[in-house]
Amino acid sequence: MRLLHPLDAKLARDLWRLRAQALAIALIIASGVGVLCSSLAVVDALLETATLFYERQRFGDVFGNVTRAPRHLLTRIGDIPGVQVLEARVVKHATVEVEGFDDPVIAALVSIPEDRAPVLNRPWLRRGTLPAPGQVDGAVLSEAFADGHDLAVGDTLHALINGRRRALRVTGIALSPEYVYTIAPGGLLPDDRRFGVIWMGEEVLAAAFDLDGAFNDVSLVLAHGADVDTVVHRLDALLEPYGGTGAIAREDQPSNWFVMNEIRQLRSMAGILPTIFLVVAAFLTNMVLARLIATERSEVGLLKAFGYGNVTVAWHYAKLVLMLAGAGVVLGWLFGWWLGRYSTVLYADMFRFPTLYYHPGLQPFVLAGAVSLGAALAGALGAARRAARLPPAEAMRPPAPAVYRRAGRLSAAARHWFDQLTRIVLRQLLRWPVRALLTSTGVAAAVAVLVMSLQWLDALELMVDSFFFDQQRHDVMVSLVEDRPASVRYEIARLPGVLAVEAHRTVPARLRNRHLSRREAVIGVPGDGELEVLKDATGARVPIPPDGLVMSRTLADRLRLSRGDPVVVEVLEGSRPVIVVPVAAIFDTWIGTPVFIHREALDRALGDPPTVDTLLLDVDPDHILELFDALEATPVVGAVTLRRASVDNFDDTIAENMLVFVTIYVSFACTLAMGVVYNSMRIALSERGRELATLRVLGFTGGEVSYVLLGEAALMVLVALPIGCVLGAALVELMSANFETELFRVPPVVAPSTYGMAMLVVLASAVLCGVLVHRRVERLDLIRVLKTRE
Amino acid sequence: MSPPTSPTPAILSGRGLTKTYHVGDVDIHALRGVDVELRDGELVVLLGPSGSGKSTLLNILGGLDHPTSGELRFRGKTIDTADERALTRYRRDHVGFVFQFYNLVASLTAEENVALVTEIARAPMSPADALALVGLGDRLDAFPAQLSGGEQQRVAIARAVAKQPEVLLCDEPTGALDSHTGVLVLQAIEQVNRDLGTTAVVITHNSGIAAMADRVLRFGDGQVVDESRNTVRRAPAELTW
Repeated sequence: MRLLHPLDAKLARDLWRLRAQALAIALIIASGVGVLCSSLAVVDALLETATLFYERQRFGDVFGNVTRAPRHLLTRIGDIPGVQVLEARVVKHATVEVEGFDDPVIAALVSIPEDRAPVLNRPWLRRGTLPAPGQVDGAVLSEAFADGHDLAVGDTLHALINGRRRALRVTGIALSPEYVYTIAPGGLLPDDRRFGVIWMGEEVLAAAFDLDGAFNDVSLVLAHGADVDTVVHRLDALLEPYGGTGAIAREDQPSNWFVMNEIRQLRSMAGILPTIFLVVAAFLTNMVLARLIATERSEVGLLKAFGYGNVTVAWHYAKLVLMLAGAGVVLGWLFGWWLGRYSTVLYADMFRFPTLYYHPGLQPFVLAGAVSLGAALAGALGAARRAARLPPAEAMRPPAPAVYRRAGRLSAAARHWFDQLTRIVLRQLLRWPVRALLTSTGVAAAVAVLVMSLQWLDALELMVDSFFFDQQRHDVMVSLVEDRPASVRYEIARLPGVLAVEAHRTVPARLRNRHLSRREAVIGVPGDGELEVLKDATGARVPIPPDGLVMSRTLADRLRLSRGDPVVVEVLEGSRPVIVVPVAAIFDTWIGTPVFIHREALDRALGDPPTVDTLLLDVDPDHILELFDALEATPVVGAVTLRRASVDNFDDTIAENMLVFVTIYVSFACTLAMGVVYNSMRIALSERGRELATLRVLGFTGGEVSYVLLGEAALMVLVALPIGCVLGAALVELMSANFETELFRVPPVVAPSTYGMAMLVVLASAVLCGVLVHRRVERLDLIRVLKTRE
Repeated sequence: MSPPTSPTPAILSGRGLTKTYHVGDVDIHALRGVDVELRDGELVVLLGPSGSGKSTLLNILGGLDHPTSGELRFRGKTIDTADERALTRYRRDHVGFVFQFYNLVASLTAEENVALVTEIARAPMSPADALALVGLGDRLDAFPAQLSGGEQQRVAIARAVAKQPEVLLCDEPTGALDSHTGVLVLQAIEQVNRDLGTTAVVITHNSGIAAMADRVLRFGDGQVVDESRNTVRRAPAELTW
């Protein structure tokens, strides 16, 4: 008994014969499936990890902040309909001294009840314990911070708590749902060495900050189905008299906002890149199959002469595609699973989660597989149908020479210039312009993906340059613990090493335009500031007018505001005045959604004595350490941020992650380029083996014969390069539009060197393919090719 | 089997040529020791059933393949051990091929197909002259798809002779043609042989063609089983098959 039907044996051998081409196609499909699976899996994994962590540690639904509120207010808060659980805390900031680290370090001090475990926002202990009841120096450190400074349970560090230097003994290391993305207030990226979280006993902190019998922070968990907005509104009203700065829902909680922002971005990415790969893979499959069957026509005729039906023959070739695509899909699944896990681990490192729930559901895999197989089958359908339609007699005859008539004629001038081999190349292209164009399009897609991937680095550089260098010109930013009279700048200016000082006043506010509103910090800046210069996306300076708001375009769009429109500004601190300010200017910026105003205008509008909360310093680098010491000893100083450290941190965190993904996408693009070029060359070789062998017999060298084959491919690649650059620019625009989040927009800039690099990589891939195919031409079996009937 | 010594020098001579193909575990002896000499201006027909080894011999004579053993000399120079580069050179400069299936380049016109060879040849005739020689002086601009089978084969002959090779090797040149068209093709070969003095070898399994040759080598089972000389060469038009 036969184990394998002869047709299946043929299938297996065809696959083996086409293995290099099959591999190229499978890899392309695998890339598409891999990216789709991994993106969707990462989105799922991050969402699930966050949800589980939040639930288990009872992450709050609503958060409120006040200057000082009596504990009895909690009863009234608890009475707000929908509130299920609440917990009040003391949350403050302090300067921390870590031995061997000179830069200023800030920590958020978060109180935990002395006599019981926290009910909400529970820290997840990784090591050690919570401080024992009554232990005044006990402290639990956030894990990233402890890791950043090699601090372990039992170690000691010092903190300047409300002006008093205290020794703290590490009793535990923990993670928290509140600080999954651990950023200093106003920061963009986690900086594990310069910002951390320290949990301490409630009584200790309350005493230190004069909050006995009071609190300055409250978290709520709501009953299922409670209306978050209503609760936020009611809480806001209750906290207002106590210096409330506006309650927020979980979605606006900084850490969670960043996490969800990243997830949204990943989700939008899952839509674009895999589509590109799948489209190219489908195109390649189509091309390969159509041409494969053209070279197999006599066998198709033979099968039909034996009595195999159209359906059987078509199914035979459909199976070939399914096996090719199936291999690609399985490879893609494995790759996607791995890449998904790898990216999740990368994210888990940036976002501090205790455990990763990487259990990708079947859905992304089924979806990616179905899309790929569908695309491949659709691509191959036409070819399989043509194979089945061929009448056996016709199929078994050698095909008539391809018809070259007027269309293939070259002009007299062209004939004068080109030798016969070049004419073969040119006529071949002119004879099948669509096929040539499709191949070029495939290569162009590779160039485009490369441009798009490499462009991230250009965008990053532009963002860093414009934000950290063009715009920020100070060396140190000092955030004060609370608003101080504007004269504080003179006090700071006297500190060692300070060359210049500029003061900002930031007020939390709700900006409102009819039914649209948004919470944003309005930054009051001096009109003639030189230490922070507002620049728009083109690099032009944006002047701060004496009156009115200068608003980023993202924010203006979100509030549907144009220049000159009035904005209702509900200030969320102090006496909480509501003022109406016109939009004086709108500017484009890549990072954040900032809104500025002339500080004097802000002071006037608020009607209270001018205060400031942030100071920008220009510092003599030789005296910077003295300055740090002096700042540490200044009680009003809250956080100290070094611009240099921010740049380094931005580079480290984002560039590192990005480089990984850029590398992955560059390898995808090379797969694409090689897949398209190699397949088109190999198919041309099998279609035209006879012609090329004839040339060899006529006395042309292997190199000359390769020229016919490779010259054609080279022309198609050369045509593809500029097309690819244009496509790449379009993709960059598309990605930029899709990646727009409130945190940042990717500038759609492409450096000339990026185009150059993209084209070089594709050229190199094409050359590599050329070398592989040339070796085959050299090994062409002349006699066999000539003697076998076509 | 070697012919009696003759005043005209041998242009190609093979001694004890064998060719063995290994197919799986089986050895196929395509040539089992063939001695052959081709002289200047001779028209030789290799006659024999398919599989008798005549094409193998032609491939070896034309530098498309190496013999397994034996010696092959072209104008006294050994070529049986020549490397790929030297064989390419040999084919380019000295040998013209005509195949059963024409093997024209579909994307080149008749004239350009011939020019393909004249461009790399040392002392070629013009493509137009070569095509005139085979009676296609008026079809220079036709693409292969616009030519009949016989015309395509005559373009192939023009292409083979345009470089004025010393040897013209034709493998079943009439195999794919009807007899009327076949005669036209044979006439072209005969004319080249007569007018240019090119040594011509024609492979065929059709004994009717043998009458146009100076010499006929009959092949059987990888060996030359008989050699005969025609006292009078018959014109192709007089042949019947």
